[in-house]
Amino acid sequence: MQKLLLLGDEAIAQGAIDAGISAVYAYPGTPSTEITEYIQVSKDASAKKIKSQWSANEKTAMETAIGMSYAGKKSLVCMKHVGLNVAADAFINSAITGANGGLVVLSADDPSMHSSQNEQDSRFYGKFALIPVMEPSNQQEAYDMTRYAFELSEKYGTPVLLRITTRLAHSRAGVKREAEVPQNKMKLSSDLQQFVLLPSIARKQYNMLLDKQELFEEDAMQSGFNKFFPAKDKSLGVIACGIAYNYLLENYEDGKIPFPVLKVSQYPVPRKMVEKLYEMVDEVLVLEDGYPIFEELLRGYLNKGKTIHGRMDGSIPRAGELNPNIVGKALGLEISEGFETPGVLAGRPPQLCQGCSHTDSFTALNEALEPYSRGRVLSDIGCYTLSALPPLEAINSCVDMGASITMAIGAADAGLFPVVAAIGDSTFTHSGMTGLLDAVNQKAPITVLLNDNATTGMTGGQNSSAFEKVDDIVRGVGVEEAHIRIIIPLRRNHEENVKVFQEELEYKGVSVIIARRECVQTLARRMKLKMMEKREAKA
Amino acid sequence: MKKNIIISGVGGQGILTIATVIGTAALSEGLELKQAEVHGMSQRGGDVQSHLRISSNPIASDLIPEGKADIIISIEPMESLRYVNMLHKKGGWLVTSMNPFNNIANYPPIEDVLNAIWKLPHYVTIDANRVAKDLGSIKAANIVVLGAASPFLDIKYESLEKAISSIFSKKGDDIVQLNLKALKAGKDYADERT
Repeated sequence: MQKLLLLGDEAIAQGAIDAGISAVYAYPGTPSTEITEYIQVSKDASAKKIKSQWSANEKTAMETAIGMSYAGKKSLVCMKHVGLNVAADAFINSAITGANGGLVVLSADDPSMHSSQNEQDSRFYGKFALIPVMEPSNQQEAYDMTRYAFELSEKYGTPVLLRITTRLAHSRAGVKREAEVPQNKMKLSSDLQQFVLLPSIARKQYNMLLDKQELFEEDAMQSGFNKFFPAKDKSLGVIACGIAYNYLLENYEDGKIPFPVLKVSQYPVPRKMVEKLYEMVDEVLVLEDGYPIFEELLRGYLNKGKTIHGRMDGSIPRAGELNPNIVGKALGLEISEGFETPGVLAGRPPQLCQGCSHTDSFTALNEALEPYSRGRVLSDIGCYTLSALPPLEAINSCVDMGASITMAIGAADAGLFPVVAAIGDSTFTHSGMTGLLDAVNQKAPITVLLNDNATTGMTGGQNSSAFEKVDDIVRGVGVEEAHIRIIIPLRRNHEENVKVFQEELEYKGVSVIIARRECVQTLARRMKLKMMEKREAKA
Repeated sequence: MKKNIIISGVGGQGILTIATVIGTAALSEGLELKQAEVHGMSQRGGDVQSHLRISSNPIASDLIPEGKADIIISIEPMESLRYVNMLHKKGGWLVTSMNPFNNIANYPPIEDVLNAIWKLPHYVTIDANRVAKDLGSIKAANIVVLGAASPFLDIKYESLEKAISSIFSKKGDDIVQLNLKALKAGKDYADERT
């Protein structure tokens, strides 16, 4: 079969399709979005009737997947690393229930925070949940390991965590496909109490999970994804996890590394393999993208063993993504340099698109807030977060999905009035609705600016769960009709919109101003499609 | 054969199209390829770049090491300078459009930008917008720049032409022809000057 040129994300998607999934459940989040998008447009997937609609958030996605596992079929759940925080309750407990149908959870980490609020390392979650973790180093492994993760899941009746980072997610290379595995037929577990986590049953299930730990480690010895490469120079041994292995290899022109190397791609890392390396070398260098999880384990709390190099002793910077030069420096190699960056260079931060509705919303809000002191707008996660930067400088917080409304309640409780919560439509149905219910129940004096651009914009315009439902939800949660105001954020409506903001800012209860105008990107895409269809119809 | 290529510009300018054309051409010649892209937040009018590596041997890292890029292809002059720390000091080429994309308040005077580029040992600067406009559409400016870079890629010119024909075929023969002309115009410009 000819190789396909795939992003790491796409390799995982194709791997999951070929592994016989019946569904993918996900909420968009960079760098994981392209997995679900690939399945949504894949002809294979549609021929196999693989379900691939977006979920309202990562928790609902995770739970839906557990439901499919309950019914005996295979599914993939995808999210960005912080999405796993949202799904954590379901995720951790899925380790206790165990899997019936294959259950693989993909979490895409973002070291260096290219598009995120933090650089948390999902491998921690794998260890926390006590389940196997796979960490591919390249696109082919991403494909192979996705397939293997489903095998592993069904073999041991456990969810499996698949961890990648931005670099692999968004890098393309040739991938060879293998034979397709059919989907499962529906089949419930022989134990109908398996998913009932009442304390008495949960204790039994938890012990079963603990008993599996040895098997997980044994599997990581046998699967072939963790590899030991012997070498002559024993002054150093290198443990390279996931994509870090590529950066190690890159530093040796002929690919021949002089030191013994343990390439790690499956956790729990087999003790025997680590011991073998540790015993034969003088010092160890640990290379891992993300947190120094393995390094810390190896070092131990008291650090009384052999010298361990890595992020914790400064051989590698404590924060940020790895690259070939950082790894080269840690190996003590001479590092190549390019030309000096000229002083003339100016920064070019991302910004709202020309004609974006958010610009008009926040310009009006800024004007309405002029009489008050600054620092009154709690905001959320989406394109509109960019309005924190000049020229708008309109918002004062961005913490996690949905935090705008709830933080505004807390700030109002502390006496900040007026206070505004700014949130987008997709974020609202992700995690904002419950906070709005809190606000209504407490009659909190807050003004919510709900930017409804009819899409999940920041991740590239995926369908929003809130589409055409925002007004009904706001009404249904109990916001008074008189304080649900709909505005059209356009420059020509500016004066009118400022007035609406002014009125609602003064109201000492919950008001929601819905600023409704389609995202200019999705609008342009729709128009283009329409034109192409017209052209095709003519031809 | 091994080429490390950085393609740069501003989100939305079409750098991924350049990467796709080179990538398709490289694959047709049986070469190995790795291509790291920027998706997500930075695509919104911010600086974007792609690391494209092609080689007759397997490629390890998705990222090009600092100082190891053989060529920077940029659709925007100031953006080309953002990655000169990646450019090989011996023999690295910088090929860029001269047309600034000015969406920031503190964009430096264009003369200063060009002067910084002209201090490098190997460069091609081309008024890609004008060339593309003369051919029929400013949209082909990215392919003009690719054409100007084509002599330094170690990929057969015909392979690039074939890649363009297949990639743009969905958009109709007019667009294919426009882009083939754009490629040629860029190549001729570079050939005359190097």
